[in-house]
Amino acid sequence: MLTILLILLPLALSLIILMVKGEKAVRQFALAGSLIEFGVGVAAFIQFKTSCHCNLLFSAGWIESLGVTLKFGMDGISLLLVMLTTFLLPVIILSSFNHSYQRPAAFYSLILLMEMALIGVFTSFDGLVFYIFWELALIPAYFICAVWGGNDRIRITFKFFIYTFTGSLLMLVALIYLYFKTPMPHSFDFQWLYSVKLNPGEQTWVFLAFFLAFAVKIPIFPFHTWQPDTYAGAPPAGSMLLAGIMLKMGIYGMIRWMIPICHDALHQWGIVAMIMAITGILYASLIAIRQNDMKRMVAYSSIAHVGLIAAGLFTLTTYATQGVVIQMVSHGINIVGMFIIIDFIEQRAGSRNISDLGGIALKAPRLAIFFMIMLLASVALPLTNGFVGEFLLLLGIFEYSVVFAAVAGLTIILSAVYMLWMYQRTMLGKANEFTENIHDLTWTEMAALVPLVVMVFWIGLFPGLFLNVALPDVMQILNFTK
Amino acid sequence: MTTIISLTILGILVLFFGIMKKQSWLLPLILAGLVLSMVLTILDWNSFRSYYHEMLIVDNAAVAFSAVLIFSTFLIFSLAAHYYKGVLRPLDDIYGVMIFALVGAVMMTSYGNLIILFLGIETLSIALYVLAGSHKEAITSNEATLKYFLLGSFLSGFLLFGIALIYGSTGAFDLHTISVYVSACAGTYPPMFLAGLFLLLIGLAFKIAIVPFHFWAPDVYEGTPTLLTAFMATVVKTASIVAMFRFFTHTFHGIHGAWETTIWILAFLTILLGNFTGIYQPNLKRMLAYSSISHSGYMMLAVVAFSSMSDNALLLYTLSYSIATITAFGILILIREAHGNDYFSSLNGLARTNPLEAFCLTISMLSLTGIPPLAGFMAKYYLFTAALEKGLVWLVIVAIAGSAISVAYYFKPIMAMYLKESNEVKLTVEMPYKVHLMFMTLMIILIGLLPFLVMGIL
Repeated sequence: MLTILLILLPLALSLIILMVKGEKAVRQFALAGSLIEFGVGVAAFIQFKTSCHCNLLFSAGWIESLGVTLKFGMDGISLLLVMLTTFLLPVIILSSFNHSYQRPAAFYSLILLMEMALIGVFTSFDGLVFYIFWELALIPAYFICAVWGGNDRIRITFKFFIYTFTGSLLMLVALIYLYFKTPMPHSFDFQWLYSVKLNPGEQTWVFLAFFLAFAVKIPIFPFHTWQPDTYAGAPPAGSMLLAGIMLKMGIYGMIRWMIPICHDALHQWGIVAMIMAITGILYASLIAIRQNDMKRMVAYSSIAHVGLIAAGLFTLTTYATQGVVIQMVSHGINIVGMFIIIDFIEQRAGSRNISDLGGIALKAPRLAIFFMIMLLASVALPLTNGFVGEFLLLLGIFEYSVVFAAVAGLTIILSAVYMLWMYQRTMLGKANEFTENIHDLTWTEMAALVPLVVMVFWIGLFPGLFLNVALPDVMQILNFTK
Repeated sequence: MTTIISLTILGILVLFFGIMKKQSWLLPLILAGLVLSMVLTILDWNSFRSYYHEMLIVDNAAVAFSAVLIFSTFLIFSLAAHYYKGVLRPLDDIYGVMIFALVGAVMMTSYGNLIILFLGIETLSIALYVLAGSHKEAITSNEATLKYFLLGSFLSGFLLFGIALIYGSTGAFDLHTISVYVSACAGTYPPMFLAGLFLLLIGLAFKIAIVPFHFWAPDVYEGTPTLLTAFMATVVKTASIVAMFRFFTHTFHGIHGAWETTIWILAFLTILLGNFTGIYQPNLKRMLAYSSISHSGYMMLAVVAFSSMSDNALLLYTLSYSIATITAFGILILIREAHGNDYFSSLNGLARTNPLEAFCLTISMLSLTGIPPLAGFMAKYYLFTAALEKGLVWLVIVAIAGSAISVAYYFKPIMAMYLKESNEVKLTVEMPYKVHLMFMTLMIILIGLLPFLVMGIL
């Protein structure tokens, strides 16, 4: 029941909020609503038992003639992502309190609608319902970025839409193909789809369709070209939703669908995907060094980080898959933190170009400290959450191939280079005309950042809780590949 | 049969009230009459009756598709009060001819004999030639009717010639006798029969507007009065495609023959050309014309697939396509009224001035694109599943590529409404019209959420 509540509550809130009048009331309503949703998420976390594979299951018939059921539930991987979503939403809403968006009710309504779709993606145990939520998440994302975005938003968001829509149509073909391979009467239930036996030729095609759909979403090099423009052009809350949660849909899809169904094709073609992911890591890191726009730099660094996650995924080792799961959560927290701080800087200085900034640490020490923490977590310093995930990922890749591990390891070094260099140029040195009158963080802004920092250290110091939640399910997924 | 009789009586009554100069009674009468014939149609469900030596066969497919046609006509007539507001000339002729066109359409969905098919098509077409030119003062309307009439009557000749050749080889107009002949042929058909089949196919393809017989559609759609364009794009298209589908289901009974490759190629061309050309259209009305062409390409999938799910998939598809298209035309009528044209720039900033209308058009466009969970997605999904059941993987991939391409033009109005600077023209819309638009939008969403109400009934 909790699962269905988690889906329906944001939907209801997104409709009710349209009737709320006044910008302040709308914001407070959105925040309160997302906090209640987080509460429900926590309740689900408490109820969850790792030993049982029938957690929080909800099942009802829908289109019986086609074997589509409304089957929702959570395993450990879903649970972590649902927790991530419900945790980040209040933070994202709180961080946008300083912005006065036009038509705020519509804006926050779309954000809540997106939360609904994301939770639907992470909890549906039926192929077609999964696809429906997957596409549903795209519509609010498109409108958030297109209506409230920056310059050239129409072209950028359209490119984003075309890319992801085309990718997901391929996934639909693959899902329908699998559906016809299930025994009569056909069913979209994921257990049925898992039990389909495909010959190697079929697997290759299905793998290709899934891979393209998910690779566009994540994005993996060379399907990433929509990403930097979209992240940079989107409103701050939009970038956070896209980078923090939406791209996890792609990785989740790979774990949920690609590994169990196309395991033979993965053994065969995984190396190609791996090379693409690792090329992306190097390529994006090198480009990130040269970026002047902070948001674009974080966008490219995100390509590098998720490239590492994807590379770990294709190794199919236990370490790396554990790393994938934990790093999905950590990356979500870290990149949202980075975008929040960049947004705060931009609001104060009126620019987010590195060349315009400098000396902020003197004027706003609290901002500088929070920035440092998020930045160190991003570059995977030990004791932060980034370290746990990236260490496991590299360990897995090392098991798979030493050469790949050596190249992939460069991501940590390179990210330290561009991140710290950015910090040095923006925070240290002398203040200039942009940064002279900067004021420090307010209490509301601190309230948005403190939960993130708490999570950075919680996962960094005691990752056991998070790793154990997902471990049985990770093992189960990997069993398919043996 | 009761459908045809009740609709004919309705048409005559409309003309009669026109003579009596009771213009204000017309629309209430028509709407009530349509509801009544809808009820009479649905009462025929599961009756499986045939009339006049199987001239008409009222099976469940006929009932269901007739119901879709009547429902679409009902939706279009609900827009008429606003569309013809302020028109002084009597309207009974236009309304009456529309009802008679609907009679022809219903005949096309329930024929059991090629003569009735031809009669139905001619009843529909002649009514449409009149309707296309019903805006007598406008030069565009005259152009549309002339083009449509010249090409349409020429292609009717093809159709009739095809029927004659089929008669020549089988000795019958009756679908049942033809089906006996087809199974006796056991795969090798004489050239005369094949020629007849292809001519029949071409005649119907013209009415459906399938590439390469589609050239009339954009021009005629553009010139025809908008309300009647909506009628052409929904009722006429549904009736023609159902007529084609019915011919093959009743005569070929699951025997796969030479015609499949032909329709495969036609569907392939229609989907690609319809969608690619749709991108380059300057205004909403021509865009909707190409949208309707590409949708007829998708609907052809049902004919090619010819699987157990085909008829039901076609039913869901025609229903959801018709509702979404009529919604779009409902907004188009408002836009043309306020701006005098329907360039995409006329839609700029509509979301700010008329949020409700913008929302309705957005839902309609998203449904036509096939975004879940709207009706259009479920319809496409069901249709593609029907096609994949028969292993038409490549055609489905082309259709899916077509859907991806169609984003490029279906998003043009959405982008104009939500993202462009407003041109500060507020559309004036009466409450009933708004309610009607909202009703259709709600239908699109509800069919998407509860598709099982329509799926699996045939």
